[in-house]
Amino acid sequence: MALLLHLMKTGNKLEEGGRTAAPVQRDEGEPEKLCPNCRRRIPVSRLWGNGMVCDCGYHFHMKARQRIEMLTDSGSFRELFTGIKTADPLLFPGYQEKLETVRTASGEEEAVICGTALVDGHTACLFAMESYFMMGSMGCAVGEKITLLFEHALQNRLPVIGIIVSGGARMQEGVLSLMQMARTSAAVKRHSDAGLLYTALLTDPTTGGVTASFAMEADVILAEPGATIGFAGARVVEQTTRKALPKGFQKADFVLRHGFVDCIVPRARQRAFLSRLLALHRQG
Amino acid sequence: MHPGEEREMLSAYERVRTARDNKRPTGMDYIRNVFPGFIEMHGDRRFGDDPAIVGGIASLNGTSVTVIAIEKGHTVRERSFRNSGAPSPEGYRKALRLMRQAEKFGRPVVCFVDTSGAYCGSGAEERGQGQAVAENLLEMSTLCVPVLSIVIGEGGSGGALALSVADRVWMMENAVYSVISPEGCASILWKDPGKAEAAAESLRLTAQDARMFGVIEEIISEEGLGTEGFYKNLKERIRKELSALSADPELLENRYQRFRRLGTDPEWEAAGPGF
Repeated sequence: MALLLHLMKTGNKLEEGGRTAAPVQRDEGEPEKLCPNCRRRIPVSRLWGNGMVCDCGYHFHMKARQRIEMLTDSGSFRELFTGIKTADPLLFPGYQEKLETVRTASGEEEAVICGTALVDGHTACLFAMESYFMMGSMGCAVGEKITLLFEHALQNRLPVIGIIVSGGARMQEGVLSLMQMARTSAAVKRHSDAGLLYTALLTDPTTGGVTASFAMEADVILAEPGATIGFAGARVVEQTTRKALPKGFQKADFVLRHGFVDCIVPRARQRAFLSRLLALHRQG
Repeated sequence: MHPGEEREMLSAYERVRTARDNKRPTGMDYIRNVFPGFIEMHGDRRFGDDPAIVGGIASLNGTSVTVIAIEKGHTVRERSFRNSGAPSPEGYRKALRLMRQAEKFGRPVVCFVDTSGAYCGSGAEERGQGQAVAENLLEMSTLCVPVLSIVIGEGGSGGALALSVADRVWMMENAVYSVISPEGCASILWKDPGKAEAAAESLRLTAQDARMFGVIEEIISEEGLGTEGFYKNLKERIRKELSALSADPELLENRYQRFRRLGTDPEWEAAGPGF
């Protein structure tokens, strides 16, 4: 365990090509995942037991509900605003069908899950974005739910924890999805002006209109190791500047070095970190 | 055919092309004609001065006003200097600095918006393009002075929104306001940038669409665009609007609600808050 913690602590060599660890024991026929970092096949059961983190420190994507379970006290999560589901305000070609497909595939109604929960006994409002739902893109329903959550948190004087993953604004909702950036920001501002804490945990990937709104507006901004965090996609940047990008461009270490996140926190330490932050900001 | 009617016949993509036309009046043309005597102020006091955003102070019939414009430039040379109106983080930070100054001195803010989007360069990323836009959205939502934003050409995504969290947003008749360029949308969604025309229709990015969605309040007719009479009318409208906004005791609450309702589905309210 000590070795594991050492491997996963901030500043590991993850982004420089990984490190070797003991060979993985496996049972015949067990489903495996290929780690894109160390190139080894890891049994899924082992990953599950390890918060979807490879022995080399690579953080696999995680479903929003898995994250909520990992970060909050067992059974304490109360989901809010489940009635809010995407409409199709522009009647955008193919959008309805796309929504139906991703709803079935992800098992979620929307790209964000909101609610209240306890983190080591501290009450907080929490939202977790779902990468398996159109890469956590922000349409009107996502904007509405996040805005409502900040308003709910303001009313009840609660801190907000945001677990963020997003490709940005959802283009199928056109200029209305763009407006969600302004709308959520205004709600964040009111919550902030009331002296309440907002912590954002940026996971892979956090980009576009979400980076350019509530992801970068938190009091404390944490990043998961290896997460891509940026405004424009790396390919777009490359096309714009016609230059090869440096290794690790827009990765968590890069963003930390340029001063846009507070800490890189590996998954194994996220819950303890959040709990400590909440304790340090306890009111009353 | 009456010129007005002819203009209304334009397809969405024709409007995109019109909005991008380099002969169209740019931000500085509006400043020169609507705010003579404008004094330009440079720099974000943090890193540099972004020529893609021009900001400063002017007088509008005796009232001091802070004016901020995204400038694309007309000629190749101007466009190169202005980065074709694609602002860098320091541009947005300069704009915010000037808006905070406007707040300090109690003068209203007028923004002219015309950009294909915030600049997508590696330096812009290193200096926090996303954070710069986000901070403007956050701070503009509670800026204690009236803000009027006018989309005069392209209202390109977050880069345009970063100067448009305003009490009133107007659009020129042929301006467009969109979450993504039609070309970008077509290449991401349909893997074919050639389908930009269809994407432009689907994105509902015209001024008429924006007004229908409640994203803007007014559409400014382009009849006589760029003529003395055009600017004179516009100046009068701006003056009237700012004086009405200055008298609004609920300015900030109204601004909050203005954005709060954008994208809300009436069915959600009928279904109850869900808790």
